[in-house]
Amino acid sequence: MATVPNDRELAEVVKMLETQKLDPFKGVKKLPLEEFFTSGHRTCQGCESALVMKMMVKAAGPRTIVLGSTGCMYVANTTYYSTSWVVPWMHTQLGSSGSAGLGAAAGLKALMRKGKMKKEPINIISFCGDGGGADMGLSAISATLTHPDYNVLILMYDNESYANTDIQLSGSTPYGANTTFSTPGKVKRIMHHRWKKNMAGMLAAGHPTCRYVATVCMSFPVLSMNAVRKGLSIGGPTFIHSLDPCPKGWDYDPIQSHELGELAVTSGVWPLYEVEDGALKLMGKTRDIADGRLKRTPVRDYLLRQGRFAHFHDDDIDYFQSKVDEMWNKWLIPGVIPFHKQIASDPAPASA
Amino acid sequence: MAEEHVASPAVEASPAVAATTTGAAAPAKHVQPAAEETSLITGSEAIAVACKLADVDVITAYPIRPYDTVMQYVAKLVSNGEMDCEYIVAESEHSQFEIVKHASAVGARVFCGSSGVGWMHAFEALTVTPALRIPMVTMVGNRALDDPGAFGVEHNDALAVRDLGWQLVWVDNAQEALDTALIAYRVAEDRRIFLPCAISCDGAFLTHSQALVKIPSQAKVNAFLPRYNRGDLLLHPDNPITVAPQANEDWLMEIRRQGAAAMERSPSVIREAYAEFEKIFGRRYGNPFFEEYMTDDADVVLVGMGTLSTPVKVCIRQMRQEGKKVGFVRVRWFRPFAAEELAASLGRFKSIGVIDRDFSLGSPYHSGVLTTEVRAAMYGLSKRVPVLGFICGLGGREVTLPDVRKMAEKVYLAADGKPQPPTQWIGLRE
Repeated sequence: MATVPNDRELAEVVKMLETQKLDPFKGVKKLPLEEFFTSGHRTCQGCESALVMKMMVKAAGPRTIVLGSTGCMYVANTTYYSTSWVVPWMHTQLGSSGSAGLGAAAGLKALMRKGKMKKEPINIISFCGDGGGADMGLSAISATLTHPDYNVLILMYDNESYANTDIQLSGSTPYGANTTFSTPGKVKRIMHHRWKKNMAGMLAAGHPTCRYVATVCMSFPVLSMNAVRKGLSIGGPTFIHSLDPCPKGWDYDPIQSHELGELAVTSGVWPLYEVEDGALKLMGKTRDIADGRLKRTPVRDYLLRQGRFAHFHDDDIDYFQSKVDEMWNKWLIPGVIPFHKQIASDPAPASA
Repeated sequence: MAEEHVASPAVEASPAVAATTTGAAAPAKHVQPAAEETSLITGSEAIAVACKLADVDVITAYPIRPYDTVMQYVAKLVSNGEMDCEYIVAESEHSQFEIVKHASAVGARVFCGSSGVGWMHAFEALTVTPALRIPMVTMVGNRALDDPGAFGVEHNDALAVRDLGWQLVWVDNAQEALDTALIAYRVAEDRRIFLPCAISCDGAFLTHSQALVKIPSQAKVNAFLPRYNRGDLLLHPDNPITVAPQANEDWLMEIRRQGAAAMERSPSVIREAYAEFEKIFGRRYGNPFFEEYMTDDADVVLVGMGTLSTPVKVCIRQMRQEGKKVGFVRVRWFRPFAAEELAASLGRFKSIGVIDRDFSLGSPYHSGVLTTEVRAAMYGLSKRVPVLGFICGLGGREVTLPDVRKMAEKVYLAADGKPQPPTQWIGLRE
């Protein structure tokens, strides 16, 4: 993700609209009290994705349009006559978070540019789940990230399954997880042999003019909200991938949601980072791990808290651990870019 | 563009031909021609010109033949500075239609289009567009569905959305394409309607065929076409609504009924628009819903849609020289379907034959879509008129004069009381 050498010129060519300048929050006590995602939703107890919605739009503020593709955060949040959205919200189709954000941004831009609507920076956030984003909507998200013309943040809330339709595996479900489409049986213990897609790394690496890509987890709310604010302020299309523990899909007591998010980060399964104008920055506890201030916790502690891995034998856990170790020890950019150096004597990547 | 909004200009009795331009070479910017110009352009280009005149805000393109020529013209208009819109090349038809759907939701006038399986790839987006009351205007360059591959015209692509709330209109020449596009915006964006409209142009025969087209002045278009106003459905921070919540069995039926009611209002709004069109532009289309050709004294008529009107009309003129009184009814608006008017018209004849440039496998009597609809429309007539169904010209195969003659003769046989199969494939290699 190289910085475009002439960003300013490009912005001029594509007639970029101004964005809202949203400074980072300085701490959890400095967060505004006002809510834009309120009562009325019907998400499960302990639903981290609902928290993502609440914090995402709190970070964005009132002059925001939110577009939501089909999934838990559509079905559970917008029961007719009891919507939880205070800001304008519109449903979009399962695979359309990229197109919806692009279309709304293009519409506003045309109207403001042609003097048909009052000019003002309006945030556009288009969200999708992992099914809508990492599976069906990948091509539309990718296309949107190549358009430098439009200001839109795409946020993928990843609860690691099609959780709204009964917990079916997606391209973002971790290896071996028990879902209703990958139930362990008498002959096959592991029905799901696919490794989780590396969405943020793929999108950052593959879209050189996209100025901001980040991974977040709402167990670390200020970091996550500031990622949203940066993604909205920086201009152009941006992408945030949020890992959201899901009591129903992951099968654990709802009281443990935050803790599981923390374990995902400390075990190294879920690295927190942002890529801003081509510069990679590891964030929070991920940075502590990389800098040697924190030792990675064993994935066993993370996996065995979740019923979806209850069928794992030690072999399965060892395999999972080895794949995570590989992420940290063999990847060209640990946790982000999964290429290996061709020979050991190759120089280390400059940006790490 | 606001300064160009003027009071409705007087109707020109005979618009002078000021200049002839070809291709995308158009008059210099900001110059308002005193009279209508005439250009030699294709059906696709005529619709691109209509988009420019309608000051469309967001347009999305994705390649598939034959509709994509419209987007090639749009690209030229944009790059030459003759048209001011957000012109987006999407990565699939699904995205193409989803992008403009959301642009329309925030108040932008939009244009989009597709052909054949491209249109089908967008089917999910096409489904929700009328349900969301999005007044999108699109062009369908009618094309045969895969497989096997064929570039030529078939009407199954556009007809696939016939139950969903799309207004569907077939045109048969470039002038009608331009005029109908302007009318489509006016009807679709009317607050009483807020339903999308697809303008069907037969692939190749219309999309790629040039004809002399009168280009209306911007002032007249501004007088005819008010600005799109999304009103209380506008998605904007000043109007914080939740669009398309989960309604389920509690409310879905009432919401469906609202869409149905809008479609029921559509015929009167279409009539208004054509009347206003005639007043401002001086071009008269008669009955908006279908065109009648030599029907006044006809014994039998053929019915069809789109550019097959050309061979049908030529053949009718030939047959009339032989004393055979054949007429033709060309259906323009398929949705809304002018059932009562059409039945009243067709009930006058001894027998009718409906030419389908589509197929509907397993349908009643294995007829095409148009035949089935015409039969349904005529059911309430006290006089039972034989209705023959013909399937002809699929995959872009030409509907020839002998084909038309053969069909007309079969309709005559039915009129004479000689039973005919309800559906016959014409021009088929046996």
